Amino acid sequence: MIQEDRVRRALSAVRDPELDEPITDLGFVREFQIEGDSVSVTLHLPTYLCAPNFAFIMAADAKEAVGALEGVGRVQVTLVDHQLSEEINEGLAHGKDFDEIFPSDTEGTGLVELRARFDSKAFIARQQGLYRALIEAGATPDLLSRLTVGQLPDGPDTARYLDRRARLGIDTSEAAPFLVNADGTPIPEEELDRHMLFARMVSVTIEGNASFCRGLLATRYGLEPTAEVRT
Amino acid sequence: MYEKNGEKYFIVDGHMHWWDASPENWKNKYGEGWIRCFYGYHSALSPEEYVWPFEKYCAYTEEDLMKDVFEDGYVDIAVFLPTYLYDFYHKGFNPTERDAILKEKYPDKFVLNTAWDPRDGEAGLEVLEEKVNRWNIKGCKLYTAEWRGDSKGWDLRDPWSVRYLEKCRDLGVNIIHVHKGPTIWPLNKDAFQVNDIDEVATAFPELTFIVEHCNLPRLEDLCWIAVQESNVWGGLAVVLPFIHLRPRQFAQWLGELLFWVGPDKLTFASDYALWHPKWLVEQFVDFQMPEDMVSEYGELTPDIKRKILGLNLAGLYDLQVPAEVMKQASVTA
Repeated sequence: MIQEDRVRRALSAVRDPELDEPITDLGFVREFQIEGDSVSVTLHLPTYLCAPNFAFIMAADAKEAVGALEGVGRVQVTLVDHQLSEEINEGLAHGKDFDEIFPSDTEGTGLVELRARFDSKAFIARQQGLYRALIEAGATPDLLSRLTVGQLPDGPDTARYLDRRARLGIDTSEAAPFLVNADGTPIPEEELDRHMLFARMVSVTIEGNASFCRGLLATRYGLEPTAEVRT
Repeated sequence: MYEKNGEKYFIVDGHMHWWDASPENWKNKYGEGWIRCFYGYHSALSPEEYVWPFEKYCAYTEEDLMKDVFEDGYVDIAVFLPTYLYDFYHKGFNPTERDAILKEKYPDKFVLNTAWDPRDGEAGLEVLEEKVNRWNIKGCKLYTAEWRGDSKGWDLRDPWSVRYLEKCRDLGVNIIHVHKGPTIWPLNKDAFQVNDIDEVATAFPELTFIVEHCNLPRLEDLCWIAVQESNVWGGLAVVLPFIHLRPRQFAQWLGELLFWVGPDKLTFASDYALWHPKWLVEQFVDFQMPEDMVSEYGELTPDIKRKILGLNLAGLYDLQVPAEVMKQASVTA
């Protein structure tokens, strides 16, 4: 017997790559049903025109996450009310990757570059959030530029940051410097101000987009907007 | 013109439409999907009393437009940005010819722009020249995500795009409004990447590129190139309506844009009929940077607002600004 809780937890590990939040928190999972060893998941998005590549990433990741659960035999993920629903659903059902679904509209490099690009942005934003929180708590930029991972205070912001950092393959050992670029290289002190100004804008954009998407989804389906929880 | 607390503002609406998305004009499910998406934007961000029924939203009349934009909406001059979408709509969504009906009827009220698509090749170049000469056009709107048969969009660096940009330069069509996304080719890359604008802005310093919607949802990508390219501007359609329900978020976005793009390169736009200019103008003029953000972003002065609401575009399109507005601008600038 597959428990609902396990499916929900698996889906909550799937993130919108752009908004850097779980699809469950964003309200993108309309419903899921369990029948024997089969699970079917229905996803819906804020608009008919949402970027197809992100739509596919979330659908494919949902399929993979649920499929990895013990006892699950078959997973069907259906994206509804999207301009490319048919193509994406059919492709997912046949285990195709994005390039195979849209051979003439892609450049053959798959979604690797896209995923990496948004993983980097999410990293920059999370690092900035933590940096800002530490400044507000009284730390100075000078001090933070010398801080190591091991010296970071325990807490959800730190955990979020380190989780993303690890996903990018950046050193998370205690002696590693806290402030690094998305490629893992240290940020020289003279560039720190500029870096943080730009990082602030990346954060502002992500937060703004997430809130816009929530509003659009709520309007589209007549729902109450889902709460903005940072996890 | 709009006046509040003794401050006068000349209003140029830098992005508006007179579309026909009536069901008879839907060619397929995409025609319906497109206008329903617009309606979602309209309903999600407008104050309640400004939300129209869907039926009216699909096809509003000339009377609606003239009253909303000019009588009630304080707009002095409005810039038409055509959007063709012939793959979705039998007669197109908002073609140049349709906008031209109103331009010819009310010549002082509108700036008429046209549009082009590099996939039209040689023939399209001739059509562009005809339109430019016929209506004395100074600007155009490009929509790089437009579908055409099997093609899901195009790139400003395509050889044919460059031919069209050269043509624009030669014809004196110096103002290029670009709307990126959300489905630009290639589909596996970020739908809103602006690398192509970056490159052509360097290659065509005579042209001014106004990135519509400030490239939302990729504000940071616009800011990044606008810092480096003096001829890359940001159009505030879609950004502005957040002022109503999300004022703090709007303040942050605007603060970032002022910091990176600058007050001389941002332009007001309602995107009518996406949103009604009346409440946008009123709320924007009343808007102040929240106290706790002033140290980061600075104050939002009447002068900054005057530039954004009209003076920037008036300069670009060579529009005559009333002396009383100019006087205030020059006194306080």
